[in-house]
Amino acid sequence: MLADVWLVTNKDLRIEWRSRVTFNQVVPFALIVLVLFGFALDTNRAVLRAATSGVFWLTVLFVAVVAVTRSTMIEISDGARRALLLGGIEPVAIYFGKTLAIAIQLFGVELLMVGGVIFFFDATIASWPLLLATCVVATWCVAASGTLLGALVANVAARDTVLPILLLPVLAPVLIAASRAFDDALGVLVVDGWVWLGLLAAFGIVNATLGTLAYGTLLEEA
Amino acid sequence: MKNIATSVDAATTKSRATQILGFVVLFGVLALILLGFFAAPEDDEQRDAVRMIFVHVPSAFLTYAAFSVTAAGSLMWLWKRSRWWDIVAHSAAEIGVIFCGLTLFTGSVWGRPTWNTYWDWGDVRLVTTLILFLMMVGYLALRAAGGEENAVATRAAVVGLLAAVNIPIINRSVEWWANRTLHQRSSLTDGNLEDLTLFTLVVGIVVWVLFFVWAMIHRFRIGWLEHQLRDIELQAAIAGRRAETANDPTGGSLP
Amino acid sequence: MTHLGYLLVGWSVSLGCGVLYAMRIAFRGRVLSRQVPADKRRWMQSSDHSNNDY
Repeated sequence: MLADVWLVTNKDLRIEWRSRVTFNQVVPFALIVLVLFGFALDTNRAVLRAATSGVFWLTVLFVAVVAVTRSTMIEISDGARRALLLGGIEPVAIYFGKTLAIAIQLFGVELLMVGGVIFFFDATIASWPLLLATCVVATWCVAASGTLLGALVANVAARDTVLPILLLPVLAPVLIAASRAFDDALGVLVVDGWVWLGLLAAFGIVNATLGTLAYGTLLEEA
Repeated sequence: MKNIATSVDAATTKSRATQILGFVVLFGVLALILLGFFAAPEDDEQRDAVRMIFVHVPSAFLTYAAFSVTAAGSLMWLWKRSRWWDIVAHSAAEIGVIFCGLTLFTGSVWGRPTWNTYWDWGDVRLVTTLILFLMMVGYLALRAAGGEENAVATRAAVVGLLAAVNIPIINRSVEWWANRTLHQRSSLTDGNLEDLTLFTLVVGIVVWVLFFVWAMIHRFRIGWLEHQLRDIELQAAIAGRRAETANDPTGGSLP
Repeated sequence: MTHLGYLLVGWSVSLGCGVLYAMRIAFRGRVLSRQVPADKRRWMQSSDHSNNDY
């Protein structure tokens, strides 16, 4: 089971390593969004610093839509999805494998974006452990819902427009919780970031459970 | 079995029962207007603005009732694969989105004179309901995007359940995020409503529930007819294909 | 009556949406009913029996 999960993750990451789609397109996209937010929010440093957490996680959500679309495209081209199922891999293993692959890629983009907000938004890190823990947990949340909805819209003709309207509202609590945890980690606001991390964990568990239960059905029937 | 629908009119989705129900709803609305505007007393603080409660609270109640039906229907589709439950889920979602939109609208209009603002990001129920609205609009968009009938039903069912399981988390996150609420705790359980106000509110909820039942029956029948039409089209396509192979001199291999 | 403008807007939009939606589904029901033969319009037997006749 774990070996199968790793097999799927490894496959997706290897495809990414060979094609460099995320690296060549998603990373520049993320940085462009950050820079544009900089223009939109004025040259006022106080405003920028106060908005940093929200801007950071909103950018992550936009990037996630692109990453999930890419992850879904890999499976629907050349009937790869059917091949994976015929190969005898459990749908649950495919679900966790793909979630992990998206999470690892998003995490990489987030690390670059942390550099981006330090550089452009003048952010200072008050607590690295909280910052990294938030990135890990929130990224898992985004990837878990994203992989589920990615499989769900895979065979919908209007997939590119339907995915964001389904995914973004579901991720609203992730945006709220991760932004608040970041506010604490960046020392912008006096809140307890670790409590917010607990809420993120609850979201991750609930949505990954639903994904585990529904993914097989979606792969076979939808 | 005698077809009740055709006993009234050959080509509608109405039946004797829905006609009677429809009239009851109409009279209920008239009664609600009279009670709400003339019989119920004004509030000490809100004055007459309190009369918005009679449309706002029933809509909010029906929003959550309708989406609960959608969640139940989604679960039942995934469990039993019965077209009946799939159509129930779809019908309830469509009617629920209308109620949800009305809840947000009447709440905003009511909020302007009483809270002094149309919208407040700090209010838990307001923001939770908005996110629910957006998710269910996505649900309907997914349905409208079309595809093979069973695949659409399965996709929609998963989204319906996804919305339902995330509501408590959204509610919690907004509550912590804003940490304040403008809403009264709960208008019904507080016990500080005037008797006649409470009575009118109950009438409002009953009328809205009856309208919901009326709309559900009609909307369900539309869903059922759409299902039958797809079936007829499929049969015609199969028949056409058979006719094609029958005329094929090389001898088609279709059974 | 105070706040009459707000009340009229809230009530009329609520009731108006209800009426419009009711008219919409009643009309759509008529259009669809005409396209489906009467023996397939039996909603009182609601179990899914449509796939038996292949």
